[in-house]
Amino acid sequence: MENGKIYLSPEYEVVRSDEKCIRCRVCERQCADDVHYYDADADRMCALDENCVNCHRCVSVCPTHALKIKVSENRFRENDNWSDTKVREVYLQANSGGVMLGAMGTPLKYPTYWDKILINASQVTNPSIDPLREPMETRTFLGKKNQKTVRDADGRLVTKFTSPQIELDAPIMFSAMSYGSISYNAHASLARAATELGICYNTGEGGLHEDFYPYGANTIVQVASGRFGVHADYLMAGAGIEIKMGQGAKPGIGGHLPGRKVGPDVSRTRMIPEGSDAISPAPHHDIYSIEDLRQLVYSLKEATAYRKPVIVKISAVHNVAAIASGIARSGADIIAIDGFKGGTGAAPSRIRDNVGIPIELALGAVDSRLREEGIRDEVSVVVGGSIHSSTDVVKAIALGADAVYIGTAALLALGCHLCRSCHKNNCNWGIATQNPTLVKRLNPDYGARRLVNLVSAWKHEIMEVMGGMGINSIEALRGNRLMLRGVDLNEKELEILGIKYAGESI
Amino acid sequence: MIPLRHPPLEGQIRIPSGCAISGVFHKDGKTESGRRIIDSIALMHDRSNGLGGGFAGYGIYPEYKELYALHIFYLDQNVKQDCEEFIREHFDLANAGEIKTRNIAEIRDAPKIWRYFIFPHAYKLDSSELDEREYVAECVFAINRRFEGKAAVFSSGKNMGVFKANAFPEDVGRFYMLEDYSGYAWTAHGRYPTNTPGWWGGAHPFSLLDYSVVHNGEISSYDANRRNVEMFGYDCKLRTDTEVITYIFDYLTRREGLTFEEASAVVAAPFWSTIELMPDDEKEFYTYLRKRYHALLINGPFSIILGFTGGMLVLGDRLKLRSMVVAEHGDTFYAASEESAIRLIQPELDRTWAPDAGEAIIVKLYKEGE
Repeated sequence: MENGKIYLSPEYEVVRSDEKCIRCRVCERQCADDVHYYDADADRMCALDENCVNCHRCVSVCPTHALKIKVSENRFRENDNWSDTKVREVYLQANSGGVMLGAMGTPLKYPTYWDKILINASQVTNPSIDPLREPMETRTFLGKKNQKTVRDADGRLVTKFTSPQIELDAPIMFSAMSYGSISYNAHASLARAATELGICYNTGEGGLHEDFYPYGANTIVQVASGRFGVHADYLMAGAGIEIKMGQGAKPGIGGHLPGRKVGPDVSRTRMIPEGSDAISPAPHHDIYSIEDLRQLVYSLKEATAYRKPVIVKISAVHNVAAIASGIARSGADIIAIDGFKGGTGAAPSRIRDNVGIPIELALGAVDSRLREEGIRDEVSVVVGGSIHSSTDVVKAIALGADAVYIGTAALLALGCHLCRSCHKNNCNWGIATQNPTLVKRLNPDYGARRLVNLVSAWKHEIMEVMGGMGINSIEALRGNRLMLRGVDLNEKELEILGIKYAGESI
Repeated sequence: MIPLRHPPLEGQIRIPSGCAISGVFHKDGKTESGRRIIDSIALMHDRSNGLGGGFAGYGIYPEYKELYALHIFYLDQNVKQDCEEFIREHFDLANAGEIKTRNIAEIRDAPKIWRYFIFPHAYKLDSSELDEREYVAECVFAINRRFEGKAAVFSSGKNMGVFKANAFPEDVGRFYMLEDYSGYAWTAHGRYPTNTPGWWGGAHPFSLLDYSVVHNGEISSYDANRRNVEMFGYDCKLRTDTEVITYIFDYLTRREGLTFEEASAVVAAPFWSTIELMPDDEKEFYTYLRKRYHALLINGPFSIILGFTGGMLVLGDRLKLRSMVVAEHGDTFYAASEESAIRLIQPELDRTWAPDAGEAIIVKLYKEGE
């Protein structure tokens, strides 16, 4: 039954100043959602409000600033129980019979624990350090650290590190985003920026485009349940291999790249026929248990002669500490935990908005658990899922993370305006689309420059905050929870985060 | 402000502190009484505030040199019997008695202070499958845990002893009558805790087995270090920076088998920018230590003197945020926060210098024939 958009009014209203509009029609050419059109008879620009996703492309390109997008003032009858959004969603599902789809992280109002954690600084008894005058070290190594220290026959320390490590100039990596879910130019931007910054980006589950092999030293290659694009050269190409068990935005479910996004290039990279849907199953069908995971970890290590660290990425779920402990004992070198606010190119919004737990609490629980079991040095811990700023990074490291993954922040740097419409393949910013005309809008030179700027700026801020604490090396910050205090948190939250309340000494 | 009737103790609260430290070491094994070290630390009176002082002497119990000497504060005398029962259960007891002290006006709140010369029960040690030193260390932790706040083992090495109290160091020296002991090495500490009353167990030196640390500074990496060593069974009950430094050195040298030079390169690691300029083998060496023991890098200002059987280690932080002067005269080595504290007791010196940031100075007793 084709019900179209029955009962639904536009969410946004395109407001145009006719006085300022010069009829250049750039908005019309730039909008992939077909919002703007020119009425020749009236000599004026008009808008189809119902097509607008509020991506701000037209607002940004309008040369006379004649445009703004307003949230429609049109409202259903006031109802605190049935909000407009909830009512609209019922109409939508009654219209379509489908699951609600969304993109990027959940927009719902859940507590952001980063904002309830405050950082310490030195006063009197301990000098703060000026990062402009003193060395300030952010270099980070990811991988197993618990190698047994031994001596050779002459009694000299054997100083070869046998566990492979990923070296980062700052404790920040770009999260997994597949080629397919984002564009060639977005990948090119990430790869170039990671190389210039001395950090890593992550291929996601879509394989590695042949053009990007030269950036391998700064690439994490991902192996996910669909095994797209996985072959021997791919595994050897990166600085490390990530097994994706879960994703914060959609714990417990798989992924679906629609056939219309699978053009010749994506098809070759993913090693699937052109135009075919790329379905990632919910579980890995060779991993139904922790012992199966161990087999995959060691299969990948065998395939790469034990030269690549293996990351196991999971979404933050209720039993995350115990699961992490199991992974730490499975041979994995690094555990990546993705919080429930993490982004995605497409996910059922009910799952995205309701399944999983916040990354801050997951990190608190995992780091404490691994230490209680004495196996914290068995693995490195990387966290992602809504790291908004440099101070979120500092807080994550002090809670116990070795490094963070940033996805949404990286996309914002590339121009993303968080309209949450990635799944439509119509990204007006050339990021989450395979439409060649749109992809061209993202120039990788500018994209890479903006990513380098963002991470460099964060690194400066991290160094500034560290210096204020009297810390000049990132390892002295890692797990240093006494450098944190909570505000507006209850005792249970403080206990799980393992931090004191503001005003408490010790 | 309403005064606290029961001010919190360390263990409930962490006390950052400034301080003075001093050390004397006779490489030829010659011994001296505690008089000079008391004079040396007394000169730096203004670097402490009367809330903690202490000494460690090495070679002071030659008659019991094969036995472990436990020094215990009984803050609550009711636990003494239980504690001694624990000791008898795990050790052969050769001698026990109250440590002799002088009654002085400056020290009024003294707990009972006892000393036990002990050796692990052969059978218990055997069945524990631990090496002897690990066995003793675990028993020390067990006592401090079991009688937390009531009894505290503050010295547990062989042929060495720690003497400390909640007072100015010169008064602590008089209180313990250190002029009656004779050792080849001494360290001393005057404490300046900044925000709460100090207490007896929180004074320096901080000691485990024969390691003792006196420390001037406040380390900003404290919780990163603490949470790492706690994984290896070191309960940081006292929450002083110095406690964690002692455990780090114990862990690295005794459990991981590093030399003191290597352990120093872990806690005061060279910067990456320095490491990059090194020849390849050195680069690999320092890189290994930094990667492997990343969580034991100490940040923030510190200068320490670590005493151990037959040796002494002097080390400052990697930015040199605390003063430290060392000197030599004949076969005697000196170290102190201020040069004046050395000149006072040995005006003529062959050589005086300030070690570089992160540079470890290690002195040891001469081996036979040296």
